[in-house]
Amino acid sequence: MNRFLWPLIGFVALVALLAVGLNLNPRDVPSPLVGKPAPIFSLPRLAAPEQTFSPKEMLGKVWLLNVWASWCVSCRLEHPVLVELAKRQTVPLVGLNYKEVRGDGAIDMDKLPPGAERTMVIERAAGWLAKHGNPYTLSVLDLDGRVGIDYGVYGVPETYVIDKAGIIRMKHTGPITADVFSGKILPLIAELSK
Amino acid sequence: MRRWLMVFLLALAGSFGGQTLHADEAVPLADNELTEKRLVAISSELRCLVCQNESLAGSHAELANDLRREIRTLIEDGRSDAEIMEFMVSRYGDFVRYRPPLKGTTLLLWFGPGVLFIVGLAALVLYLRRRDRAIEETPLSADEQRQAEALLQDKDSRQGLS
Repeated sequence: MNRFLWPLIGFVALVALLAVGLNLNPRDVPSPLVGKPAPIFSLPRLAAPEQTFSPKEMLGKVWLLNVWASWCVSCRLEHPVLVELAKRQTVPLVGLNYKEVRGDGAIDMDKLPPGAERTMVIERAAGWLAKHGNPYTLSVLDLDGRVGIDYGVYGVPETYVIDKAGIIRMKHTGPITADVFSGKILPLIAELSK
Repeated sequence: MRRWLMVFLLALAGSFGGQTLHADEAVPLADNELTEKRLVAISSELRCLVCQNESLAGSHAELANDLRREIRTLIEDGRSDAEIMEFMVSRYGDFVRYRPPLKGTTLLLWFGPGVLFIVGLAALVLYLRRRDRAIEETPLSADEQRQAEALLQDKDSRQGLS
């Protein structure tokens, strides 16, 4: 009996280890930005491109930064959740429109006339929001994805919860599901808003 | 016992002596050879976050392109390799590095395989020793001894031996 006990225990331990490993999400990379100040940027606003927006303007408020693009399929998935959030008017939601034109694999940047990108970005982003509803307090345009790099964006959509002091308190990669929203984001907002 | 250990150690040596394989890497067009060389060297050390098992040097993902462009700019700005590494790690975490730093959270990653190997080796040695002792401790009875000798004399049952 004892002869088989130890190999069995070893086997069960191995299976348990592999089971845990297989159930982890490899996309769930912990962000080093959590607990750090939100990187500073100054980008044109979608609704008024001659004006810029900087995260400094949000100091004193708990707010969300959501990275999106019209070519991003998963963004459409989370969009109803964002629209719901906007209806409740819990916190301001800032949209970071990420590489609207450059990120779209269907567009050949070399064939685009110079200077046409910005107009195209605005048209496409505004068109998408008109069609699917606009949950954003405001959206800013990150044409070349540089600000995205500062925020460690690697898969749109991504969402950041930023506190009153401008510190990133949470990052969610991938579409926000109703579960994530009510289970993680809303409680965190409530706690930070105290 | 000794023979088993020898076979085991030989097998082990074989697996260590194997050649390291390098995948072909997408080498960007060279404007400045030194910059490009450093770019390839740095980006080979970094993981592409979109296709996580590819290096930043070998990936064709959109983000990898952007990051290579960013690294190229940093090199041209005169930043050191360490500063560029820091730039990447501060944005994407230790996960972007193929050689993660040695610290509390990575101890298991660094030493886990070695510990597992030593435990396995100890278990093997223990098992083989115990088995040797078991064989020694059960000598043949007079009857079995006679039977064994008879078999050794018998030509038909000596086939395997020469």
